[in-house]
Amino acid sequence: MVNREFAETESDGAWTAEVAAVERRRAWQEVWRRLRQDRFAMAGLVVICALTVVAIFGPWIAPHDPTTQFRDGLRIDGLPVGPSSKFLLGTDSLGRDLLSRLIYGARVSLLVAVVARALTLIPAVVLGLVAGFAGGKTETLIMRFTDVMMAFPIYLLAMALVVVLNPGLTTLVGVIALIFWTSLARVLHGEVLSIKESQFVTAARLGGCSNARILFRHILPHLAAPIIVYTTLGLGNIILFEAAMSYIGLGIQPPTPSWGNMIAVGQKFYMAAPLLVVVPGVVMMATVLAFNLVGDGLRDAFDPLQRRVR
Amino acid sequence: MRGAGFAEATGHDHHDLVSVEGIKVHFPITSGIVFQHKIGAVHAVDGVSFSVRAGETLGLVGESGCGKSTTGLAILRVIPLTAGRVLYDAVDLADLRGRALRRHRRRMQMIFQDPYVSLNSRMTIGDIVGEPLLVYRLVPSEQREKRVRELLDTVGINPNTLNRYPHEFSGGQRQRIGIARALAVEPNFIVCDEPISALDVSIRAQIINLLQQLQREFGLSYLFIAHDLSVVRHISDRVAVMYLGRIVELAQNAELYGSPLHPYTQALLSAVPIPDPAVEMQRRAVILKGDVPSPVEPPSGCHFHPRCPVKEEGRCEVDDPPLVEVRREHWVACHLVTETKAPDVRAGENAGSEALSETTPPIPMVT
Repeated sequence: MVNREFAETESDGAWTAEVAAVERRRAWQEVWRRLRQDRFAMAGLVVICALTVVAIFGPWIAPHDPTTQFRDGLRIDGLPVGPSSKFLLGTDSLGRDLLSRLIYGARVSLLVAVVARALTLIPAVVLGLVAGFAGGKTETLIMRFTDVMMAFPIYLLAMALVVVLNPGLTTLVGVIALIFWTSLARVLHGEVLSIKESQFVTAARLGGCSNARILFRHILPHLAAPIIVYTTLGLGNIILFEAAMSYIGLGIQPPTPSWGNMIAVGQKFYMAAPLLVVVPGVVMMATVLAFNLVGDGLRDAFDPLQRRVR
Repeated sequence: MRGAGFAEATGHDHHDLVSVEGIKVHFPITSGIVFQHKIGAVHAVDGVSFSVRAGETLGLVGESGCGKSTTGLAILRVIPLTAGRVLYDAVDLADLRGRALRRHRRRMQMIFQDPYVSLNSRMTIGDIVGEPLLVYRLVPSEQREKRVRELLDTVGINPNTLNRYPHEFSGGQRQRIGIARALAVEPNFIVCDEPISALDVSIRAQIINLLQQLQREFGLSYLFIAHDLSVVRHISDRVAVMYLGRIVELAQNAELYGSPLHPYTQALLSAVPIPDPAVEMQRRAVILKGDVPSPVEPPSGCHFHPRCPVKEEGRCEVDDPPLVEVRREHWVACHLVTETKAPDVRAGENAGSEALSETTPPIPMVT
């Protein structure tokens, strides 16, 4: 028809829906390929995968029930026994198998972290998008509120909330969701501010798109990368927060094991049985480190231009 | 040269499709964290009036930062106007609300400078071109793909590639996709904001030819914004020259390039190299002193006076020269230009420089 002689398109016949699907997959494959080159991120990913498997299959993996107090789990002087073939990591101060408690603790810690983090996405995405897109008074109001939340001593706030409500897993998840949305909301607010000024948004507006359509069809898909990266990075913080709350007795309630309350119980015996604090502490540190490494790796993989020079 | 006769040749009347009346766009500069207060304003567009006639191309040239792109965006109501109004088919869009506004807005589209950032990288080109069709319900949904294919074919993109993403196309191809998107809503008026500046030199001519072809085929009117004087000369029927938020000269293409009257236009044109060694040897560029003043505090009187080689003391820095029609269809904003007398930028020769033919561009010199 018109202008064919100028067309730079190569005349490769049939581009079908399947081919497009392959192309779309390729973009994610590219991220995966870059992530795979990052050794630290891969190490973190291995740790997370292992923990996830342990958490899911915990009841089958754990050698004992985590709440059973064994008669042979305490020495004659009432102190925990050390590692043996029956108790691989020894027992805790009440004669319960440490390894089994660790495995069940992973279930609790990861469950709290993942569910709570997923819940924080709701206020973070909604407030970040609205503040960035609406601008003006709405933006000022939301972002100043976010600043206030960030400046608040979060442990004090969490303790107040937990004491008013009843301590427990559900309360803890809810409190975390109320506290940990701020940094992601801020990041998304900034991203929206820059994307909404881009030419393709102007073009969409001239093409008759409503605000809602621009927000969901044109802006939100570009936020996938920051959402994934900051969600991963935030998981580490939430695991630490959950442990701290459980440590001071306002998180997961005994006898349900969590890494935080295991340390709280074990610290009284740190001279006689150091494993009681060292083991959950090291596992927790490894988990948080793993999430942070994967988060950093993802950030680099999504944004090859900002990648540090190797 | 096709210039003036084009609109007639294509059978379009000369009525004003888009009238811009004294528009101003000022961006406030604020200070303070909690209680923001205005401490100044960037006078990006400071009282611009012109009209684009049906079927014509109006070129808008000027240095970077003179407000030409802002003018384009303000006409399309992407940026709010501080003052003035824009009439489309004699209707002020500011008076319209809801459905009527959408219907009118559809008639005006834009082609962007950088095809790498004007296409949503997360959408297939079929979705990009088809979105206006969907949003405005221009075609039944089962015919949408067919229409998208037609549009892609019109701009010279293989319609079978509609499921691909923008990053799989070259700059020129992307610009074609951007043009197809603008055409989807069947507009009458398109603002072309430096549509070829970001492209490879080898691709530019193709895009220009495509734009001209589409203009013939669909009877489009263009506001063609550029800083490349030779491209504007090639494509425009009339040309407006902008300096620091104002139009300083507006004339028919041949007239403006043949006998520029405003000192700024003369300086601008003298800076263009001429692809003829003999003429090029004699070319004497008027080098303007200093930089473009800040649009935050534009100079008093004529905005050009601090750099003007022929300014008249006590007048140019005080009085604001209005844009007046000194010849038929030739508007100039300069105190020194009258119906009989052009400014003295040219070295003593006959003032209007009618002697210079179209093929030998003017050779202005500073006296």
